[in-house]
Amino acid sequence: MSDATTGQQHPIGIYLKVWLLLFVLSTFSYLVDFFHVQGYLRWTLILAFMFLKAGFIVAIFMHVAWERLALKYVLFLPLSAIAVLIALMAIEGDYTFLTRHLFFDP
Amino acid sequence: MITQTDTSTSYTTPGIAGMVSDWSADRQAFDVPWGKLMMWVFLLSDTFIFSVFLTGYMTVRLSATEPWPNPSEVFALTIAGHHLPLILIAIMTFALITSSGTMAMAVNFAYRGDKRLTVILIALTALLGASFVGMQAFEWSKLIFEEGVRPWGNPMGAAQFGSTFFMITGFHGLHVTAGVIYLSIVARKVARGDYEGKGYAIVEIAGLYWHFVDLVWVFIFAFFYLW
Repeated sequence: MSDATTGQQHPIGIYLKVWLLLFVLSTFSYLVDFFHVQGYLRWTLILAFMFLKAGFIVAIFMHVAWERLALKYVLFLPLSAIAVLIALMAIEGDYTFLTRHLFFDP
Repeated sequence: MITQTDTSTSYTTPGIAGMVSDWSADRQAFDVPWGKLMMWVFLLSDTFIFSVFLTGYMTVRLSATEPWPNPSEVFALTIAGHHLPLILIAIMTFALITSSGTMAMAVNFAYRGDKRLTVILIALTALLGASFVGMQAFEWSKLIFEEGVRPWGNPMGAAQFGSTFFMITGFHGLHVTAGVIYLSIVARKVARGDYEGKGYAIVEIAGLYWHFVDLVWVFIFAFFYLW
């Protein structure tokens, strides 16, 4: 049977496992702050836990893992525009920071 | 005989070849209910809104010459004599993740045809969402009345902290509030038996919205509170 007629039906076990995993990952990301991890290790850990959590929510809870490639491309291809925006704005932000220091600092 | 309306046989092949034939064949490209596709398109547009907000936050934080207030300290609470950094935000995060779990279960039980459990689980999800909004209201009032944070300035450092905080968390809180109302309506309609004839895809669609709200919080939590 296709997804259109029956919808996304999966064993309850996988939801419970992902649920538990999200709890553990959230605890880990909170502990990064709690133990005052600093520098590159902090940012790496925060991003790793963030992407893992986001990935599990999208793939399992939102059922994207079981959707067709046609829908996946519709959802993920446009996001590359956001990556371009982030890169451009990072350059812009740094530039503004430098010019502020050059012209507004004594 | 394969007919156009027979969706159970529309599937061709997985992977790239399947995608190409899905796009090139003279029939529907997405084998999902139209409501679900429309929700996905809406969520994609919402992704852009939140991405632009967070990118804007990145830009002003990068370019701020004054020190950025330390979120770990700003959002710390003292509970029973213990000074705990970010504790309220952590509780809010757990409330939202729990609600995402209950929603996933609600979708599952809806497709299984267990109406009673579906209603209970959706109601529980809405309740957790409402408690999230309640905690956020507490967080905002503490920040405004005790810490003196305003959209145009604050005593701790860079003025941009307030404007980005109120804009991003405010817009997210608005989404949670809308979600609580949306879920309450869906729960009532499930209880009334409105979907018995046409199936329970609507519960899954509502679930997509709710998981998205949780998803956005994952990014806000990482970029605003932990960074």
